[in-house]
Amino acid sequence: MSDTTDTGPVLAADGTPLKRSLRRALRAQKIRALALIAPLLIFVLVAFIAPIADMLFRSVENQIVGNTVPMTVEELRDWDGEAVPDEQVFRAMYFDLFLAAEAKEHTKLGSRLNYEESGVSSLFRTTGRDVDDMGEVFQDAFEEISSDFEEAQVWYDMMSGGDGVEGNERLLSNQVGRLEQLETETYSGDVGFVPGSAISDILPNTARAYSAFAAFTHFVDEDVVAEEEPWEAVYAALALDLEDPGTAAALANYDGPGADLLRQAAATDMPKVDMKSAFIESNKDWNRIEYWKVIKTYSPPYTTGYFLNAVDMEKTAEGIALRDEDERIYGILFKRTMFMSMVITCSCIALGYPVAWILANLPARTANLLMILVLLPFWTSLLVRTSAWKIMLQQQGVINDTLVWLGLVADESRLVMINNQFGTIVAMTHILLPFMILPMYSVMQTIPPSYLRAAKSLGATNWTAFWRVYFPQSVPGIGAGSILVFILAIGYYITPEIVGGTTGTFISNRIAYHISTSLNWGLAAALGSILLAVVLILYWAYDKIVGIDNVKLGG
Amino acid sequence: MRLTKTLLATTALTVAAGASATAQDMADSMTLVSWGGAYQDSQQKAYVEPYLAANPGVSVTWDESSAEAVAKLRAMTEAGNVTWDLVDAVASDAMRLCDEGLAMELDHDEVLAAAPDGTDASDDFGDLIVSDCFVPQIVYSTTFGYRTDMVPEGVDAPDSICDVFDLETYPGKRSLQKRPIDNMEWALYCDGVAKDELYDVLSTDEGVDRALAKLDTIKDQVVWWSAGAETPQLLADGEVFIGSTYNGRLFSAIAEQDQPIGMMWDLQSFDLDGWIVPAGLPEDRLARVLDFLKFATDTQRLADQAAYISYGPARDSSAPLVGKHAELGIDMAPHMPTDPANATNVHIYDYEWWADNRDDLDAKFQAWLAQ
Repeated sequence: MSDTTDTGPVLAADGTPLKRSLRRALRAQKIRALALIAPLLIFVLVAFIAPIADMLFRSVENQIVGNTVPMTVEELRDWDGEAVPDEQVFRAMYFDLFLAAEAKEHTKLGSRLNYEESGVSSLFRTTGRDVDDMGEVFQDAFEEISSDFEEAQVWYDMMSGGDGVEGNERLLSNQVGRLEQLETETYSGDVGFVPGSAISDILPNTARAYSAFAAFTHFVDEDVVAEEEPWEAVYAALALDLEDPGTAAALANYDGPGADLLRQAAATDMPKVDMKSAFIESNKDWNRIEYWKVIKTYSPPYTTGYFLNAVDMEKTAEGIALRDEDERIYGILFKRTMFMSMVITCSCIALGYPVAWILANLPARTANLLMILVLLPFWTSLLVRTSAWKIMLQQQGVINDTLVWLGLVADESRLVMINNQFGTIVAMTHILLPFMILPMYSVMQTIPPSYLRAAKSLGATNWTAFWRVYFPQSVPGIGAGSILVFILAIGYYITPEIVGGTTGTFISNRIAYHISTSLNWGLAAALGSILLAVVLILYWAYDKIVGIDNVKLGG
Repeated sequence: MRLTKTLLATTALTVAAGASATAQDMADSMTLVSWGGAYQDSQQKAYVEPYLAANPGVSVTWDESSAEAVAKLRAMTEAGNVTWDLVDAVASDAMRLCDEGLAMELDHDEVLAAAPDGTDASDDFGDLIVSDCFVPQIVYSTTFGYRTDMVPEGVDAPDSICDVFDLETYPGKRSLQKRPIDNMEWALYCDGVAKDELYDVLSTDEGVDRALAKLDTIKDQVVWWSAGAETPQLLADGEVFIGSTYNGRLFSAIAEQDQPIGMMWDLQSFDLDGWIVPAGLPEDRLARVLDFLKFATDTQRLADQAAYISYGPARDSSAPLVGKHAELGIDMAPHMPTDPANATNVHIYDYEWWADNRDDLDAKFQAWLAQ
């Protein structure tokens, strides 16, 4: 019995409290461990997790509408969807579309919205070509009044309001910000132009259109604003401003540069600004209310549209609804993918178990030789193996020929074994079999043969000894193999594409189609996210039922 | 005399300096993207080898990625690292790339060579310039080949597109491409719709149903293909009696491999393949690509290509120059989809219409397939 009654902290050799010293040592250990895995961790994060997260984010991202046609989105906010929008919305669309067409971004928006409503693509493409002509009417009219309207410098002076006047910085920075969104770039530096405050009060549309033109000329075209003749849209904006009866009155008291010119223009009869007619003349589909509805529905920066689409639903003006029966496909494909992956996993277990058992119970030398046979398919190209199955299974193929030769099948009624589910199951079982055999083999190798002998010596039949003693110990191998095979099978797409025909294709074939052919990456991301969620749920369920601790990839 | 000499020498020097300056401004390597196989070989022999012979020091790398060109180019552009200089794409992909802003718009008269008689490039290519970004090279067609030895006895060989839908006269499997384009039009045509009304009918829901109903009549006899090599293989194996594929594939099965296959040109569907230049190339690479592009799409080069593969040159002025097959020595003209004897009844698919309706119709078509 010690006589120390000191209740103070236990001290380490160097005098610090043991608790703290221990904690420090543990922390150092953790940091060292972290430093050791850091290269892998960073690699996985940068090369794997981040791109996947970025890709999955596309399933909800929808900023393109608001970025490309912001004013239209704003105008459409109060639109009731009862009739084709009025002139105000068409004017907003005109200025939006003009800038977007200059930046060549309008066709992207068209492709995006075409996923939701057929025909929007050409609507934007054709009208994007015509926006120049729509404004040219006004350009010609102004140049008719005075050739000064052709002069870049005149325009520059007029819109900047001359030297030393108060500038409307806010208007300019708004337009630069808009251009940044449109081009997904960041711009800094002086545009070389600031709209005058006075003139932008009198001619708000013109000042805005000219500022947009100035920002674009400076940052995108990299030209000098004062040397470039403005866009047709600027002339249209001026015509629009001059239509307002208040403008002429305001101009009467204005004495900035170009005031006389503007007064002269205000006193002249101008073609009327009727963008609605101009748009409908360019493409009569602007008169279709469905197209406007789709622009409005998809104007928020984030959307559930892709996910709804991925579960055979759609957004309509009346809310969310199931798609027409003849367009529902993803439900069928998800169910089929799950079902077939399970069938493939089960057939892998059935075929792989005896093989793994034999391998585990043979002398090492023979086992190693046979192991090469198991691994051999790994060293052959996947495409070659799949194509080989095609030759085996087709109607004029090896198996059918043999059956006909043996007289088991009549020549006219050869078996259909490929381009259907059967073909996919056979080919994929073969391809995935090693992934089942290897974990099972490594687990079975650790089961001592003496257990079986002991069971038998205690009077068990062969079956009882296997079923009650051997099999339970091999379950972790089956578990590991099943998870591997199932998850690989769910994501397979080359094999189903080649041998699956129409009834044997998987959801991944559709994902591949949307990634590489239709370019609908949002939908592909939504389908991929759902697939990932399903796998995680199944994994969780597996953990609950079997227990993930029971999975072993090796001894 | 001395003055003249000096002047001449100065001029020569200036010219030399000018020439070397332009050569210096061009990158000395190019990555070309194509489809691989016989088609890429024809490009290699008809334009790349002569170009390299004329420009020693330039190297060319091939990337056989045209099938995924649209997706890959989009990914490259988003990552800000476009490694391709010139991409071979079918017209519909070129349109898509142009719409997405991934391909560069070109002034065809400025960047392409005029025809030998001085006709502008845009007139020489004519309507085949379906997009501002697209420089057509060849006209190919999707058409049918059939097994000559599987034609039932006492029946004429199939010579009409509607024979594909006639299971009674011509029993046996058919192979069709796993996409709505062409198949929907063929089905409607054989259901009695006039050729110039196909797209009007197809624009309605009833029209789509009608086309699918027609396809339903042969659905369980159809093997659906997605790679162009499948139909020739299926025909060679005797798996199908008749099947659609690209005419060049059938030509090589018939002429080069001596398979018992016949061509059925009725209502062949014309399509185009050509070059696009990725948007945003650095100046030196762009200069090199435009230099190559001008050479590779001139009248003689396009005609040369036809000596290696049976696709029609996209220039009007190249047609008379089409000669014999480089190895087999047979006349190529009768094997061209554009040959008058073959082109008595052709279908020209509407790119704009399909660009608009592809997503919608594809969903319906795939749902129909899966049922």
